[in-house]
Amino acid sequence: MVGRLAVSKTYKLYIDGAFPRSESGRTFAFTSDDGSVKVYLSRASRKDLRMAVRAARAALAGWKGRSGYNRGQVLYRIAEMVEDRAATFTAQLELGGRPTGEARKEVEETIDLLIWYAGWCDKYMQVIGNMNPVAGSFFNISVPEPVGVVGVSAPSAPVLRGLVAGLAPVISSGNTAVVVASPAQPMVAITLAEALATADVPAGAVNILTGCPEELAPWLAGHMDVNGVDLSGVHPDALSDLEEAASHNLKRTGRWENSDANLYRISAFTEIKTVWHPKGR
Amino acid sequence: MGNNDALAPRSETGVPLWEYQESRENPDLAAIRDRSGLWINGEETEPLTGKWFLTIDPATEGHLSMVAEAGPADVERAVGAARDAAAGWAAMPATERAKSLFRIARLIQERSRELAVLDTLDGGKPIREARDMDLPLVAAHFFYHAGWADKLEYAFLGTEPRPMGVVGQVIPWNFPLLMAAWKVAPALATGNTVVLKPAETTPLSALRLAEIAAEAGLPPGVLNVIPGAGATGAELVGHGGVDKVAFTGSTQVGKEIRRRLAGSGKALTLELGGKGAHVVFEDAPLDQAVEGVVNGIFFNQGQVCCAGSRLLVQESVASEFVDRLRRRLSTLRVGDPLDKNTDIGAINSAAQLQRITELVESGQEEGALIYQPPCELPERGFWFPPTLFTDVSQSHRIAREEIFGPVLSILTFRTPAEAVERANNTPYGLASGVWTSKGSRILWMADRLAAGVVWANTYNKFDPASPFGGVKESGFGREGGRHGLAAYLRGVG
Amino acid sequence: MPPTDEVMVEERVAALSTRSIKREAKMWALRAAISMTDLTTLEGMDTKEKVRQLCHKAIRPDPTDASIPPVAAVCVYPNLVGTAAEVLGATSVRVAAVSTYFPSGQAPLDLKVAETRQVVADGADEVDMVIDRGAFLAGDYVKVFSEVATVREAAGDACLKVILETGELGSYDNVRRASMLAMAAGADFIKTSTGKVSPAATPAVTLVMLESIRDFHRSTGRAVGMKPAGGIGSAKQAIRWLVLLNETLGLEWMTPQRFRFGASSLLNDLLMQIRWLETERYQSPDYFTRA
Repeated sequence: MVGRLAVSKTYKLYIDGAFPRSESGRTFAFTSDDGSVKVYLSRASRKDLRMAVRAARAALAGWKGRSGYNRGQVLYRIAEMVEDRAATFTAQLELGGRPTGEARKEVEETIDLLIWYAGWCDKYMQVIGNMNPVAGSFFNISVPEPVGVVGVSAPSAPVLRGLVAGLAPVISSGNTAVVVASPAQPMVAITLAEALATADVPAGAVNILTGCPEELAPWLAGHMDVNGVDLSGVHPDALSDLEEAASHNLKRTGRWENSDANLYRISAFTEIKTVWHPKGR
Repeated sequence: MGNNDALAPRSETGVPLWEYQESRENPDLAAIRDRSGLWINGEETEPLTGKWFLTIDPATEGHLSMVAEAGPADVERAVGAARDAAAGWAAMPATERAKSLFRIARLIQERSRELAVLDTLDGGKPIREARDMDLPLVAAHFFYHAGWADKLEYAFLGTEPRPMGVVGQVIPWNFPLLMAAWKVAPALATGNTVVLKPAETTPLSALRLAEIAAEAGLPPGVLNVIPGAGATGAELVGHGGVDKVAFTGSTQVGKEIRRRLAGSGKALTLELGGKGAHVVFEDAPLDQAVEGVVNGIFFNQGQVCCAGSRLLVQESVASEFVDRLRRRLSTLRVGDPLDKNTDIGAINSAAQLQRITELVESGQEEGALIYQPPCELPERGFWFPPTLFTDVSQSHRIAREEIFGPVLSILTFRTPAEAVERANNTPYGLASGVWTSKGSRILWMADRLAAGVVWANTYNKFDPASPFGGVKESGFGREGGRHGLAAYLRGVG
Repeated sequence: MPPTDEVMVEERVAALSTRSIKREAKMWALRAAISMTDLTTLEGMDTKEKVRQLCHKAIRPDPTDASIPPVAAVCVYPNLVGTAAEVLGATSVRVAAVSTYFPSGQAPLDLKVAETRQVVADGADEVDMVIDRGAFLAGDYVKVFSEVATVREAAGDACLKVILETGELGSYDNVRRASMLAMAAGADFIKTSTGKVSPAATPAVTLVMLESIRDFHRSTGRAVGMKPAGGIGSAKQAIRWLVLLNETLGLEWMTPQRFRFGASSLLNDLLMQIRWLETERYQSPDYFTRA
């Protein structure tokens, strides 16, 4: 079964709701741990990344303009679609060398993580934001808002849950995302993209690029129209250069060592907006 | 009633005059000493550099004090003192930490007149603002944060907050003591120790704050103040013993710090520049909007990161509004910052005056129309009159660059969507103002303005309970409120 | 008509209250305030004798100091207009009469008109009328306007001051609207209060009315005067009001022709402050005549 999965399909990029090949025509090969399966995937170029950022920017107003309730429904729908493909994900993780039991567990944890974040979509503002008791006759409220377009560098392990642990908090608050998948098992990223594409995620709200993160991450970190980057997936040695690249437009940066459920991964890519208004007759 | 008319004082040309007479605060209250050393480990100390620099009164160019300049060895000493004090301060019962801050707040209140005069002399701001705005907020910041010190576990659900350790803080010259309070109060309340570098043109009140803190019983090394210029600041933020850096200042320097800290793992918050937009709709409370716009751009001579330096006024009321604004400008009183009736004081430094002058010249060269009310400026010191530009286009430098002076650029718009587009068309995103009497439009605008603070039907309001800070290139992190605490705590992000 | 934000207008007033008026500027302000005073008695127990006393006080506020100017006017009930006119006739002090069934204004228009004609015939130089607040709050602006216009006509050449009774209007937006109505209907002055309702003249209400006067002047060219009345009892308050006036309408309005204080106890406090500035000794009310 695994062999058929691996050879029967072309794994392409996920940009603006579509599945194009890299504009460069480049591909790279993924070979399973035991060498039995070899799959070709698109190797995204910096121009693909640029297109992905453009799509994410275009999708931003619509996605963040939706109600939290609606975004929660979409995230829940993603969980349903991942559950539906659980066998595929499990098989792909196994190809990456995960023992069967662990692979299955990772898929289940990923689904649960999605549901956890789905529930936050219409609640995080209540927990992260608050009224402020200022002196004087003023109404004063602080609310979190999405920062905008966020790049997510997904970690290599756990490859599926790690990707979702980066992506889900980013989109739950209304950001749109450009994900650079880990080459450790890049097929799961594209299978996830297929789940997203059928889960009512609007085109462009999530874009997923496969290829060489070392090549893509500097362009992502340096892109002046990207507002934040989750650098959890990058090698520690690369962090300094990437944070420096991010300084040009003062991107919000974050890096997490685990893929646990974490409310503060949502707040990391939000901005607190504080609104004042007098209270008078 | 004819004979009553004779009462009105008149000028030679017969115009009636009622000039408020000078009502000058006593400069001696500031009790400035000839030499002001570094403050390290609970005491004043000579700089190892052996270097001293002069701080002057920008209103008179008169000498105030020779101030110690901290070099690398002094930074080392200060960070060392803060490191040594860190464990004890963090381990102190939180209630005791709280009481230390409460005591500092009280002493600030008791000495607020002295501190107001000190900031006015060192920085050039009107005593009215120092007295009525800066000092009450300074005390309020310590009071507010004092109360948080033993309640941090309630501030962030599901976390176990811990102090960062040693915090390096660099502050600007526009609100010398208030910026120190914004930085120091939350850092201490959350159990950190501090090395603070005040701006080179306004170092005196931060040093005085350190003395006050010691008087209040703050343990040695918990708060260290090391004056100096950019090099001292760079040394401090780059020091390996500093766990967290908080900077308020220009976007350019903020980016340099971000680059410098890349990959270091140090926590960082930046409160940087802005190009705030006031959006005035035709249904606005116009007279209050005029006050808000005046306050937004002339408060502290416009040397405010969140200054409302762009006015976007709806075309249908543009000429009327500008007319009201001009009349109002003519009542502004520019001059001696120590005079209690002064509205607009001195520009902080010759360098800042030069920058303002240069940008205003560019505005004229690029074709914008300048208006300055007639006003006499003192001969000595650094002064710039309140200035309006009309016929400004979005591409003019005065509409894009932060001037940090009393200069307002006026543009018009027709629809709410156009107003949002213009207001957001800048790399900055610190603060915006909206003036309209339509509630639903206020909320619509507030949702769309890219800014950390939106003042609706008001402007330049500050409160220790209210988070302040920007988006985009205006920086990241918040100061004040529950959100401001996060910047100084581990385990809450 | 632009709306008014309550919080921000009060903030503006608070900021202006920190103006520090010293020495010659203060002395000028105190003397100017005397010349702008409508010395007022509006009590049910007012007598002719009391009014005569008040008129003499108005002409010569400080019997020991001839340099002190007379007040602008003496303001009385219609019954006492004749008495006041007898004393003030040949002086610069004007006779002002409240009219239109002050303070409530709850009477038919023809009675209000008759009362107004009567006080003018009896010698009133100035008429202080009240608007029909009931009609105003019910939204019947046409009625308010036409009453003011009709009384305006009945008052003839007399100076017409229109009392808005701002303490009953409920919001600054209403204060502004009432100000505009009164001015458009022909008021020479707009006045805050009867003194019978609290709050009476507050600085914020005054500021809103001054701004209305400024806007009306700008759009019509006609300069209308301002009269805060009720609750202004101290020299310190009076100076605060003059600062509001100075910074809103400017010096062109700082004359008795365009600004009045409606007050009774204010005068002696002004006199005491002047004496204090002159002598640098704190003063006792025993040394100042009470009318």
